[in-house]
Amino acid sequence: MLELHAVTAGYGAFTALWDVSLRVGQGEAVAVVGPNGAGKTTLLRAISGLIAPRAGRIAFEGAELAGRPAYEIVAHGIAHVPEGRRLFPQLTVAENLKMGAFLPSARAHFRESLERVYALFPVLAERPTQRAGSLSGGEQQMLAVGRALMSRPKLILFDEPSMGLAPVMVLRLFDLISRVREVGFTILIVEQNVRQVLKLVDRAYLLEVGRIKIEGRAADLAEQDFVRQAYVGL
Amino acid sequence: MLTVDRLTKQFGGFTALNAVSFEVNEGEILGLIGPNGSGKTTCFNCISGALAATAGSIRFKGDEIAGLTPDAICHRGLARTFQIPRPFRKLSILENVAVAAHFGAARRSTEAEARRRAQEMLALVGLPADPAATTSLLGAGGLKKLELARALATGPTLLLADESLGGLDPSEMHDAAEMLRRIRGELGITIVWVEHIMATLLRVVDRLVVLDHGEKIAEGAPREVAENPQVIEAYLGEKVVLG
Amino acid sequence: MVDPIFLLEAVVNGILLGGVLALLALGLNLIFGVIDIVWIAYVDLVTLCMYGVYFLVSLYGWPLWLAGLAGIGIGALLGVLVHLLIITPILSSPPINQLLATGGLLFFIQSVATLLWSTDHRSVRVSLPTLEVGGIFISFTRLLAFGLAILAMVALYLFLTRTYTGTAIRAVSQDREAIALMGARPQRLYLVTSAVGGAMAGVAGALLIIQYAVHPYFGGAFGPLTFMICVLGGLGNMVGAFAAAFIMAQVISVGGVLVSTEMGYVIAFVIFIVLMFVRPGGIFARRA
Repeated sequence: MLELHAVTAGYGAFTALWDVSLRVGQGEAVAVVGPNGAGKTTLLRAISGLIAPRAGRIAFEGAELAGRPAYEIVAHGIAHVPEGRRLFPQLTVAENLKMGAFLPSARAHFRESLERVYALFPVLAERPTQRAGSLSGGEQQMLAVGRALMSRPKLILFDEPSMGLAPVMVLRLFDLISRVREVGFTILIVEQNVRQVLKLVDRAYLLEVGRIKIEGRAADLAEQDFVRQAYVGL
Repeated sequence: MLTVDRLTKQFGGFTALNAVSFEVNEGEILGLIGPNGSGKTTCFNCISGALAATAGSIRFKGDEIAGLTPDAICHRGLARTFQIPRPFRKLSILENVAVAAHFGAARRSTEAEARRRAQEMLALVGLPADPAATTSLLGAGGLKKLELARALATGPTLLLADESLGGLDPSEMHDAAEMLRRIRGELGITIVWVEHIMATLLRVVDRLVVLDHGEKIAEGAPREVAENPQVIEAYLGEKVVLG
Repeated sequence: MVDPIFLLEAVVNGILLGGVLALLALGLNLIFGVIDIVWIAYVDLVTLCMYGVYFLVSLYGWPLWLAGLAGIGIGALLGVLVHLLIITPILSSPPINQLLATGGLLFFIQSVATLLWSTDHRSVRVSLPTLEVGGIFISFTRLLAFGLAILAMVALYLFLTRTYTGTAIRAVSQDREAIALMGARPQRLYLVTSAVGGAMAGVAGALLIIQYAVHPYFGGAFGPLTFMICVLGGLGNMVGAFAAAFIMAQVISVGGVLVSTEMGYVIAFVIFIVLMFVRPGGIFARRA
């Protein structure tokens, strides 16, 4: 479904990704883990169009997306739940969700999408007129995911969704993501919480210093130093 | 060293803190945990003077500090870091810390003394003291270190650390936790630490205080608290295996 | 002592004046709140719209209501042109350069208007009755202008809260990247904002030309007042601007009756200066 081939990207003089290739098959859940500064966020931003790669190809269902602007890429069916959620703080819960359905194709199914999101996240249904900035961390994360679902995507990119969440919320979040996956969405997730994310996904990539160090089944990655360190604890 | 006595904070009709009481003993590392919205940050804000408490008292080294301005509290030796680091982008790393050393210390120092102190603190946390090093060089881990360096430069005896591990990867978390241990061990600074990353926190703290919906629901040694069913349900979600 | 009847009349006129001032302030605030650039020449765009309506009526004999609608169109077009030609190239320039650019536009408009149309005062004569309500006299023209101004502001409110584009315009000022991830083009949203801001100027122009005479330096009268109102309400704060407009209009109107017309303005400006010392962020500014 999604194929990256030899993607190189960065900011200004700094190159964050070198020659990265990966793929995500339809219906799969794939994780990208790695230390801070490895380029994980840059990777997702290159896919969703917030930055343009310097080299390489990004193919999604056959269409070449590298270098296309963000508003075009979401129309192809890729939704990005950014690092830090990036909700519109002064807009209400309902307005944030409405913005998620900005695309003409999404507007046509607005009611249906909204009902589905409210069913998945009842706490959002309870307070549609609350300003997004006043929600708790866990609720904000749910709203961010719900907002992404409103665009009726095929592939959802998650950037560190567990950041800043209390442990019990982290469990609920991953439970939720696996339910989202069960309903038929394809997932690409970048996470610092290695232990939890490897339980969730089929395959994973380890990104270090801008390059893919290893890829494989979730279990295979447990052998890697970086991952073992996360498991063993400190 | 710090006594929080029936601290209450209300925002209009909403009670963020309801008669919360706990003590922080000199030289310990106390963990303050709880769900989002439980009042942890409000508690920090009241202690550091950013917010005025509605009721209750806060005694630091025997003196009442509730109602003092944040800079007065800082000059008495109580410093804090912030969850989302906001360095002065136009200043170099060294200058960021020097500003803290100059204005935050109880005694007015000269500019040269402030710089020296800044250099010491940067060496302690492991950041470059080169005057040309700018904050744009710093990633998530570096920014957290800068926050610590700035707080330490004010010469505190008590440090409020706010989610020092947020956004860090496992090896950076290891470094950060080690850093806090050393701050307590080598500099003799008492630490109150708000954190969500349980595995790391539980290994480092001496005691825990748990808040939920503005009230203290548990207090004690890490092992006890981690096994408290109310804490598990409200916050941990599952039993955290220690060691 | 002033006859209470005159005072009451002043209060009513103050409300009517406030309506149009609020319209001006909202237009300016909309653009600043979203694009973060202050259009110093905003009221001069209103001047151009006033000229537009004037010429359509007096030269081409258009009915007033049609000319008014055309005025709105002219305003929207001007908004788009200003954004494309002047604002877009300087979007990432330092703020001082942005102010200089829009300030330069102000002088440009005033000079060209003088060149083309001389400094003659021109007005559209509207023969509408004066109403008498309970002993006070209210100009129907002013009442009509007030009513239409309120209508325009309600329309703006509905646009910003009920439509996708309007909500997206509010969103883009809060997080440009995030709204792009939803499929909206930030540049296009800025353009629409400029068009809407310009259209508001057009509405104001149509409403003002029936009450006041237009001349190239009309902006000199209403410009500083509009800015004062925006700053008083908190730059970018729509509700604040709305309230500040009415407050200022009352001060001017009542002060004008109690002392003299000029003093009405003087008192208003003095109050503004004092309030700036007390609440520099505007009376409705939220504490950071």
